[in-house]
Amino acid sequence: MSIGSVPFKFRVSVDPEQCMVCGRCIENCSYGVFSKENERIKVNSRNCVACHRCLAFCPRDAIDIAEKPTDYRSHPVWTRDVREAIFNQAKTGKIILSGMGNAHPYPIIFDQLVLDACQVTNPSIDPLREPMEMRTYLGKKPAALSLKEFPNGDVELLTKLTPNLQIETPIMIGHMSYGAISLNAQTALAKAVSHVGTFMGTGEGGLHESLYPYQKHMIVQVASGRFGVDINYLERGAAIEIKIGQGAKPGIGGHLPGEKVCADVSCTRMIPEGSDAISPAPHHDIYSIEDLKQLVRSLKEATEWKKPVFVKIAAVHNVAAIAAGIARSSADAVVVDGFRGGTGAAPRVFRDHVGIPIEAAIASVDAKLRQQRIRNEVSLIASGGIRESADIAKAIALGADAVYIGTSALVAMGCRVCGTCYRGQCAWGIATQKPELTQRLDPETASVQVANLIHAWTDELAELMGAAGINSIESLRGNRDRLRGYMLDESLMQVLDVKSVGA
Amino acid sequence: MASVHIDARGLHYTPLNQQIRAAVAGGATEIVIDHVLGQRFIGDGLRGDGVTITVNGVPGGDLGMFMSGPTIIVNGNADHAPGNTMDSGTIVIHGSAGDAVAHSMRGGRVFVRDNIGYRGGIHMKQYMEKRPILVIGGAARAFLGEYMAGGLLVVLGLDGSSPISERGLGSGIHGGEIFVRGGVEEKYLGVGARQLAATDAGKKTIEPVLRDFARAFGIDAGPLLTSEYTRITPASARPFANKYTWE
Repeated sequence: MSIGSVPFKFRVSVDPEQCMVCGRCIENCSYGVFSKENERIKVNSRNCVACHRCLAFCPRDAIDIAEKPTDYRSHPVWTRDVREAIFNQAKTGKIILSGMGNAHPYPIIFDQLVLDACQVTNPSIDPLREPMEMRTYLGKKPAALSLKEFPNGDVELLTKLTPNLQIETPIMIGHMSYGAISLNAQTALAKAVSHVGTFMGTGEGGLHESLYPYQKHMIVQVASGRFGVDINYLERGAAIEIKIGQGAKPGIGGHLPGEKVCADVSCTRMIPEGSDAISPAPHHDIYSIEDLKQLVRSLKEATEWKKPVFVKIAAVHNVAAIAAGIARSSADAVVVDGFRGGTGAAPRVFRDHVGIPIEAAIASVDAKLRQQRIRNEVSLIASGGIRESADIAKAIALGADAVYIGTSALVAMGCRVCGTCYRGQCAWGIATQKPELTQRLDPETASVQVANLIHAWTDELAELMGAAGINSIESLRGNRDRLRGYMLDESLMQVLDVKSVGA
Repeated sequence: MASVHIDARGLHYTPLNQQIRAAVAGGATEIVIDHVLGQRFIGDGLRGDGVTITVNGVPGGDLGMFMSGPTIIVNGNADHAPGNTMDSGTIVIHGSAGDAVAHSMRGGRVFVRDNIGYRGGIHMKQYMEKRPILVIGGAARAFLGEYMAGGLLVVLGLDGSSPISERGLGSGIHGGEIFVRGGVEEKYLGVGARQLAATDAGKKTIEPVLRDFARAFGIDAGPLLTSEYTRITPASARPFANKYTWE
């Protein structure tokens, strides 16, 4: 082989002074890093993905993992990643498959926006003392109300309201399918959202029957492969989401490899065991914005207009015009998934180079819908790269009604963002279907952790709002005056419709 | 057998479907809808084994979408995607139909007497006892059986024209099978599809379907049974297995 070996990505070392050769690292590592030889732990660093499972379960803190232990000749253009990708493709001639979200070091707009707080001229609100309205409603709002007043003072609402979803916190969990993640992981998320009073998405993998008890908190997805979709599935969901695109891989479909289609996944998706589950790039009954309207209405008609229908798109260049089209399609919410959105598997070139950041997408969609006076027709859900409560406050101030989180919910269950979900070997039992690995994830414990995270972020959000003198999510929504741009350029601040710090 | 008549003249599809649902809930097993003119979504998400709906006129798109159980007989042409994501039941069209007929269908049968548009049977799939069947009496346009993941598709070319004379047949097919009466020029096959002359054993497997099709339209099954067929199947059940390398 003329290219030969490339340096390790990670070097694993075991401190012999600390190690008691208990073998927990061997049991826990699903990538085959550790073995026992002559009563010592032997390490094969080349297999390590830095998922930290070994380190988390070592009783003596004996394990250390160092990233990129070998230097290349440094070069600002021919980076290590660039060179290693070329080696890989020169050897294989194939598309590079990657996991998790965008790994390219683009600046993060959220980190260049700062939030406001009250001082002297208007009082801040103490959430401990004052009620904070964290509840909000997703779906169409009437443009005007028509009322009938009776002589005795009673009022009757004549306007027919459209079904909305009531959420107790603006934080929901995005669509991660059974197949991409394990049933234990989905169960943990389902228990958490039911407990908190919010919703999660099923992803395009059908709804496993063990999750039926949580169906009132689940948004069922209809994607281009139509896996697991029948009338029962549509009726079970609290809402239905049409997936047009995904931030991690805009414009392309998905392939769940046959290895991940075990007996149970096969029955939930309604496809034969071991077969590839191929979701085409477009929906083949949607070739235009008019066709989208037809799919939205077909889902409403099938469920007798009782369910809100969401449409999820990836954030791309003309996202605002696209969202305006969706808002006129009878859809109840538009989900915009930014280019930092996670995934179990995406071509690296798409993950890192296609799409735009959620901050700019949400701001421009919200502005366009307001300009066209149709903002009330749809709720706006921001998704992709939400890492902390401050991101949620900023996304809402830029115009979102609510957010979807994905990766952060997985991190709450133990995920270390090693980014090798596509290998199906997840040592944390999250992105795998192997029974010996999935059993590592206890849905009870994991659900408490996910619920804790949502509680904590909701509390932080309430504090941030209180400090800014805002007592309801609906008053924060689109409230760009509460944001300032820090070292953002003029054109981006125009898109975001925010002023500079100091202005 | 309770029979219900609905006059669809000037009726929007939502009240039309409400009337159909009410009739099924009321125990009707025969529903006749007259003056249908472009109403979409007829029978959308409808359940009802043993219910037959006769559509007199031209229904709009997504006829019988997500339908589970009923039989729909159309005396006329149909628009885009009849049988879209249909679960079970039967649709018989005494005429032609538009694009994406039987899109993502997972069970039941769609019989079209004449011709269909582009992407017929696209992404049909099967699971256990659910095996969707689409039979086209005339010809189909390009990309028939694209991404097909399961089920059976038959094209007969009964009106004397060539059943397949456009490209992309079975493009990306990774499950199921397509039978075409007569031969298929190799240049019309899509990526991932391969063809062989159907064997007698293969023809035997579709014989009951051909008989049912002939019966549905009152034609003689004889010539269908004695014809030669080409069978198109996937070159691989894993068309994308070798496309990727790990990061």
